[in-house]
Amino acid sequence: MTDLHFTDERPDPAEVTAADAAIGDAAVVVTETERLVRSGTARRRGSRHLLLPALHALQHVRGWISPGGLNHVCDLLQVPPAEAYGVATFYEMFRTDDPGHTDPVTHVCVDAACQIAGSEALIAELEAFGTHVRRSPCLGQCERGPATFVQSVAAPDFVPADRDRTMGTVSADAEPHVISQQGDPSLRLLKRVGVVDPTSLDSYRTHGGYEALARAITMGPDAVIEAVAESGLSGRGGAAFPTGVKWRAVAAEQGRPKHVVANCDESEPGTFKDRVVMENDPFSVVEALTIAGLATGAESGWIYVRGEYPLAAARLLGAIEQARGAGLLGPDAAGSGHTFGIEIRRGAGAYICGEETALFASIEGFRGEPRSKPPFPTTHGLFGEPTAINNPETLLNVLDIVSHGADEYRSRGTEQSPGTKLLCLSGRVARPGVYEVEFGITLGQVLELAGGLTGSGELRAVLLGGAAGSFLGPDSLDLALTIEDTRAAGTTLGSGVVMVFTTDVDMTPVVVRIAEFFRDESCGQCVPCRVGTVRQHETLVRMQRAGSITDERMVLVDDIARVMVDASICGLGQSAASAVTSALSLGLIGKPA
Amino acid sequence: MTATETETTVSLTIDGRTVEVVAGTTIHKACEAAGTDTPTLCWAENLTPVNVCRVCVVEVEGSRALVPSCARPAEDAMVVHTDSERVRHSRRMVLEFLGSGVDLDQAKDLARWIEEYGADPTRYDQPDLPAVTINEPVRIQDDLYIRDYDRCVLCYKCVEACGDDAQHTFAIAVAGRGFGARISTEYDIELPDSACVYCGNCIAVCPTGAIQFKSEFDLRAAADWRPDEQTVTRTVCSYCGVGCNLDLHVQDGRIVKVTSPVDHPITHGHLCIKGRFGWRYVHGGR
Repeated sequence: MTDLHFTDERPDPAEVTAADAAIGDAAVVVTETERLVRSGTARRRGSRHLLLPALHALQHVRGWISPGGLNHVCDLLQVPPAEAYGVATFYEMFRTDDPGHTDPVTHVCVDAACQIAGSEALIAELEAFGTHVRRSPCLGQCERGPATFVQSVAAPDFVPADRDRTMGTVSADAEPHVISQQGDPSLRLLKRVGVVDPTSLDSYRTHGGYEALARAITMGPDAVIEAVAESGLSGRGGAAFPTGVKWRAVAAEQGRPKHVVANCDESEPGTFKDRVVMENDPFSVVEALTIAGLATGAESGWIYVRGEYPLAAARLLGAIEQARGAGLLGPDAAGSGHTFGIEIRRGAGAYICGEETALFASIEGFRGEPRSKPPFPTTHGLFGEPTAINNPETLLNVLDIVSHGADEYRSRGTEQSPGTKLLCLSGRVARPGVYEVEFGITLGQVLELAGGLTGSGELRAVLLGGAAGSFLGPDSLDLALTIEDTRAAGTTLGSGVVMVFTTDVDMTPVVVRIAEFFRDESCGQCVPCRVGTVRQHETLVRMQRAGSITDERMVLVDDIARVMVDASICGLGQSAASAVTSALSLGLIGKPA
Repeated sequence: MTATETETTVSLTIDGRTVEVVAGTTIHKACEAAGTDTPTLCWAENLTPVNVCRVCVVEVEGSRALVPSCARPAEDAMVVHTDSERVRHSRRMVLEFLGSGVDLDQAKDLARWIEEYGADPTRYDQPDLPAVTINEPVRIQDDLYIRDYDRCVLCYKCVEACGDDAQHTFAIAVAGRGFGARISTEYDIELPDSACVYCGNCIAVCPTGAIQFKSEFDLRAAADWRPDEQTVTRTVCSYCGVGCNLDLHVQDGRIVKVTSPVDHPITHGHLCIKGRFGWRYVHGGR
């Protein structure tokens, strides 16, 4: 049946069963449209979008992706083995060599918040105990570092913090998540977290769930988009693009299949807000994505959740299934007269897949390499078709806007940054966690909200916006946290990271690790980022080793930063020097203060 | 670039000069029409632009980041700068970055550009911490061609030529990530075991000599590769009836490699194994 070439390696029966089960679940038909991006036609052909789930199945059943297993999947999906190998080797969670054991592997986060919480000590402890350990980029549990995630063979992956120590059943169901602001009547986005039963559609409905969708159907697509536009809502993933503009552009596209995507690949170091929402209020993401689909006229919705969030993925899947069972998804979704369904995809460990076009490539079964923009996703998104892609936090705001109207929404926040924002407090604060605040709150007020500093030192620096954001000094406590004020101050709110460092923290290793993070996470496609992140990291390591910065090294860092900002394809490369250069100008590298 | 009567044109400004080109023309082509030399590595006439090397970037007014000229269509009223400080800096850095990690001494035009842009690829390599390089062994797996990834700039051209853009064999792809990304077969299996059909189209598009004829590799190893003394003779392939043009590169009376003209209407520079490698009979076997 095929003109593909395969080696003689055959799969074992367990691999066949696992792969067939993953592939047999094909629910989405992908049509072929014109070629506008590289490998354009192939992207939309057949069932290649099942490659990622199939690779997960192979990895899970044997602890690695064997040549025989890969051949089997490639034969079923008609994907050339060399390309599938290229995809498998792209992701942190996949192995393409036999590890020689089938024991669980514990991923330990070594990024900033966990780094200063003692991740290296934990790694030493685990290794002494004989545990297989893998140093991991940010696992999105910065409020409870050092974070771990256990990848298992033939058993579910899990986050130890969610479970009994006995590795028994998921115990997170028993105890509701508690946030610091629990019970605060002013909460809009977090109001159901810790209140609603995240596994029950009935409970969700009891707490006001699906009222917004009903209202959206009554209003009609144009009115919904108008309300979103009037509300001034902008994307909460970091780029702050006006959501109404995006949706209107997709709604205006006619004659081709359209998509809405929830970008749940939360991977920015220091960010965990979406995880808290997805795990504790998953139906809200499903409901809001449904509104997005009906408003833009898209029939297919996709949720792409990072691989290191097994509980979030399970809860979202449960929510989708219950919503489908109740007629809230499917043909005539919620009685709207329109078809809308949601597919869930699990990432496999790649920061870059949070970049929207890389995320599309990942869903399509290609390497998660970003595309050049233009063309933009609103006309050439997933499978080259019109797509509205939003962060879960952005989507959550829509529920509020639809329920209460744009005017009411604008009563919070500032003129240019209306509404509330989720912030991820971590590092040396007394009560780390996710906080919902009105735009306009100052950085100092936020630190107070989180209980102030902890530990012995004074405030040294705050990392605002994540690794792609920048460090601020103690003189920035009066900075109002709005999109316009942070922009004017040359920084960014990014994904809402507020990571706090005190004077007792040696900042040099923290900054060097941020540089290493970008080196590890660069997809490798374009030269400025592929080589620039390496040279940047090398230069910082030299500064660290020598304990001195030197003019020559500063020139290098500056030269490297400029080309990454100017000439990289995507936001990863364009922001890979941001935190590093801000750290240098604040004097964070060198001797501890 | 003259437009036919039915084609629409766009007018843009390149370095202060007004240029009129057919709608859909890339900025790179428009620069060419304006007589501006633009360096490129990953762009080729016969391949889909991938815009990954970023050496062709230009400054377009109103655009925050620089723009890859090879892929971006020219638009009406666009104002393009190809020689601004930002452009020169990015080009210089890309050339430095490439030169700091891979061996570019067989790459066409590279030495000229490195000089023109004042690039110094050596400044990343310091005694206290050597700059990491690709560091791969030369892969010699048959008598037809070799792969030397120490010369690879990951321009994707070979992958495109092996796949969608020419051969549709898909024997090689990019594997790994970041600086560890490599062009590879599945599990790095040897070429004779892979899907490779030995069309050699990857050799033809490689800009740096990372993929080259074994015959060229051996002569270079023997310090006997003398391109200045080679003659190029155009002929028609003798195998089938398609009529592909071959350019025979001859040194000391012996064929040392075979290419096909990129502007040939049948081949577009691509060949099959017979045209590319089936010339040894000319020399009587041995």
